[in-house]
Amino acid sequence: MKAIARRSILAAAPAALALASLPARAAKQYEPGVTDTEIKIGNTGPYSGPYASASAIPLSMAAYYKMINDQGGVNGRKIAFISYDDAYSPPKTVEMTRKLVEQDNVLFVNGAVGTPTNTAVWHYMNEKKVPQLFLFTGASKWNDPKGHPWTIGFLVSYRGEGQIYGGYILKHKSDGKVGILYQNDDFGKDYLNGVVDGLGNKAASMIEVKATYETTDPTVDSQIVTMKSAGCDVLVMIALPKFAAQAIRKAAAINWNPLQILIGGTASVGETMKPAGFENGQGVISDNSFKDPTDPSWQDDADYKWWVSFMDKYHPKGDKSDIYNAWGPSNAAAVVQVLKQCGDELTRENVMKQAANLQHLALPMLLPGITINTSPTDFATIKQVQMERFEGDRFHRFGPILTNGVG
Amino acid sequence: MEQVLQQVLAGLATGAIYATMALAVVMVYQAIDHLNFAQGELATFSTFLAWQMIDWGWSYWAAFAATVAISFVIGVAIDRVLFRPVRNAPILSQLVAFIALFSILNSSDGEIWNFTIKSFPTPFGTKPLFGSGLISTHQAGMVAVTLVMLSLLYLFFRGSRLGLAMRAAAANPEAARLVGIRVGWMIALGWGLSTAIGAVAGMLIAPIVFLDPNMMLGVLLYGFAGAVLGGLSSPGGAVLGGFAVGVIENLAGTFIPFVGQELKLTVALIVIVAVLMVRPAGIFGRVAVSRV
Amino acid sequence: MTVPEREVIALEAAAARSEVAVAKPLSSWLDQRRLLIGAAVIAGLVAPLVVANFTIFQLTMVMIYGLAILGLNLLTGFNGQFSLGHSAFYGIGAYTAAILMSGSADLAYYWTLPCAGAVCFLVGIALGLPALRLQGLYLALATFALAVALPQLLKSHALEGLTGGVQGIVIDKPDPPPGLSIDADQWLYYFTLAVLLVMFAAAAGLVRSRTGRAIMAIRDHPIAAAAMGINIARYKTLTFGVSALYTGIAGALGAIVVQFVAPDSFSFLLSVNFLVGLIVGGIGSIPGSLFGGVFVLFVPNIAEKVSTGLSGAVYGVILLLLIFLMPLGAAGFVRRSMAWLGSSLKRGPTN
Repeated sequence: MKAIARRSILAAAPAALALASLPARAAKQYEPGVTDTEIKIGNTGPYSGPYASASAIPLSMAAYYKMINDQGGVNGRKIAFISYDDAYSPPKTVEMTRKLVEQDNVLFVNGAVGTPTNTAVWHYMNEKKVPQLFLFTGASKWNDPKGHPWTIGFLVSYRGEGQIYGGYILKHKSDGKVGILYQNDDFGKDYLNGVVDGLGNKAASMIEVKATYETTDPTVDSQIVTMKSAGCDVLVMIALPKFAAQAIRKAAAINWNPLQILIGGTASVGETMKPAGFENGQGVISDNSFKDPTDPSWQDDADYKWWVSFMDKYHPKGDKSDIYNAWGPSNAAAVVQVLKQCGDELTRENVMKQAANLQHLALPMLLPGITINTSPTDFATIKQVQMERFEGDRFHRFGPILTNGVG
Repeated sequence: MEQVLQQVLAGLATGAIYATMALAVVMVYQAIDHLNFAQGELATFSTFLAWQMIDWGWSYWAAFAATVAISFVIGVAIDRVLFRPVRNAPILSQLVAFIALFSILNSSDGEIWNFTIKSFPTPFGTKPLFGSGLISTHQAGMVAVTLVMLSLLYLFFRGSRLGLAMRAAAANPEAARLVGIRVGWMIALGWGLSTAIGAVAGMLIAPIVFLDPNMMLGVLLYGFAGAVLGGLSSPGGAVLGGFAVGVIENLAGTFIPFVGQELKLTVALIVIVAVLMVRPAGIFGRVAVSRV
Repeated sequence: MTVPEREVIALEAAAARSEVAVAKPLSSWLDQRRLLIGAAVIAGLVAPLVVANFTIFQLTMVMIYGLAILGLNLLTGFNGQFSLGHSAFYGIGAYTAAILMSGSADLAYYWTLPCAGAVCFLVGIALGLPALRLQGLYLALATFALAVALPQLLKSHALEGLTGGVQGIVIDKPDPPPGLSIDADQWLYYFTLAVLLVMFAAAAGLVRSRTGRAIMAIRDHPIAAAAMGINIARYKTLTFGVSALYTGIAGALGAIVVQFVAPDSFSFLLSVNFLVGLIVGGIGSIPGSLFGGVFVLFVPNIAEKVSTGLSGAVYGVILLLLIFLMPLGAAGFVRRSMAWLGSSLKRGPTN
């Protein structure tokens, strides 16, 4: 044992000496998509079709990268952001992602939008060992470092948020009858499961109505009427702005005043509360990780003012009342940090390593107090929210910053 | 029982939306004997035009009138430029032209006006009607306008020379030509009329569902179902069909336990298909007898 | 469709099948056609050896869509029954394959094709029966009901255990058979190509047979056909079943190649895509269906290259141009060009 050890140390000595004489920075290591002056990043999103409203996400990301490039890039390399339309159709996502990986030779795919779309390429990306970095979905399944080490999500877990709502209902209306309106897809179901979890063993007795809607439905009026007839006094809206606004307005119209809970992504003053009618939405509860650009609370906030000038200069066509335009730059900023941490070792493995090594990272448009922390066993990127209540013409945050443990 | 009544009323309220669209669908069908898949998108585009005018400061009625007029012209233009060249192509090729129009309009709407939902004003106010929250004054107004349009159209087609000429051109183009009717322009007129009606439908529907480029996607499908149920040759039937679809859908969603809300649209369509099995031309449609 | 419109389609289709008796140019046209098809098959065999894996994937999808469109063609192009519901058959085929390949059944991928075909055949027959009473737009609505029903059924609570609900089902990629030195993508391509050739040949055979003539007679002159003793109900229902079978097998292949099925992939919009592909390729033309597949896959990509924000508008414009320039689809265009070429070549030496 000792002899071998000594021998191996002696054998290693020249190598160790050689290593010691190298500069402290590792040698440049490039994988596909990287040169001395450029890093290629891929993306897919719904630029057409029924979900085209989400195209604001990749468009605002592209604008942020353009800003970074104007400022000299990351470590001297400009970012080439290649984004393709998948019309929110999984077969198209597979085609476009394969194009990015096999034809365009991107280093990684960043911020792809949607749950079914990302599910379709989940195994492919992990087999090919290409990072799926900061996916734009909050599905709980992305936090799986063991099973899918090449995939890391971005948005706070839908299921986690649902649990927070469930917990809130238990605390403030423990004998209530709950009506849940949810979108009939993966996104809606994930939230629903969270709410059920959050209500614990009172779920079955408390949930009176579970009503779905499709994005092609013209209205959700009938679901609201049903809930009122069933005697519900809590309304959980797991819905996009259009349907949430309709629901809030209809509830008011039929003189129904339940405790109203709205999911974070839809809790926007400009997109949802204004069309719903401020007077109808008093007391709506929600949560958020991001600053709502239409909330007057942020008028004098430095971060918000930066964002407005960024939008004016780099994305003038973007709608400043659209929360997606706040999410995009945030995501892109996280990527820039990861690339900075990579230095010259721009391999796919190192990208994932650095993505799982973010400490107290503050991103543009995140609520004060919310930072990013990831580790090799915790791939939940954004995992903090703060609850808020709509009063007057804006949302007022209350309570502590909550961390949901569910990835 | 009370719940049934409530659901029926809610269904009528939603059905009013479908009925308005169904009327526009049947109008164009009567004029050109084809279904216009782009009807909804044209209505959305018109509504966006109106919204833009109001945003620029025009009064509601000025924008309304201007939009109806412009939509009429757009309808005529689309017929003359787009559909006249393919009039003699097989029907399925014309179908593709409709789909192309749909795609162009939908995409342009999104690009010009983005996807954030917009509120659209209503001249009828939004207070509950007679104190009941199930139907608002706007929805009642919508029903009233639809019925008024229906009556006007009826009078136009039955009582005026131009209306008669249009019906003749649609029913038997060759014979109509022989008596001196300019069939091409009659068809263009039909297009203009249906686009104008679509614009009115859009401006009535937008206050309820909010304006965005995909506003009419679902509505067109339901309107189409309502029109077919009522009978494509009967405008009155189409309107009734639209109401019926709204009610059927609501009742199915609430009272069929297995279905719940998940299969609402499916059940509604199955009911319609079942009706069609019994009356293949729709409830009020006239079965066209063609000579062998 | 009304009688005059059917007549137009019938005339054109008749010209395609050269039922108009013209001796010499007929045989030369047929030979040219065979040459073209032969060349295409050879190109198809060689392609995966020279192009990148990603392009192989795209070509495989082209073939799959072409097969699905051929299914629709059999029903609408050859039998005159309008269908907006073929996304449902494609989806049923895809889910059949997915369910059989995952879970406890764990069936090998090649067995899922006949299973998907059989299931869709039965569903098609079941739908063909009530469809007998409906014509034109009314049939369109009934098939549209089917297209809308499928995603809802797939997502529904009751069937969640089987279909995976909104989450969908992930499928493993099949490995090439041991001994062949090609990779999985190339293997899937050749597998799909083999299925395609067999199914296309079968369709061509069907169309040329007595059954095929009966089917087309029903489209062109239903009353005369009935008077001649053709059992309209039987043939129409049968065509529905066969058409569903074709599109169902395409769906199964699609599931295997994409390796994922989810309910909203099979929406009504897919039916519209198939219809557009059918018309652009050429109604009543079997090779045209393949061109339809090319269109469905590549034109949206082209439109996106031109303008990301207005890709839908560009797509619409391309579609309009194609309809104006080729009102009878690509097949009609090729046919006319060949005929013109043939006749001008013949005329040449005599002038």
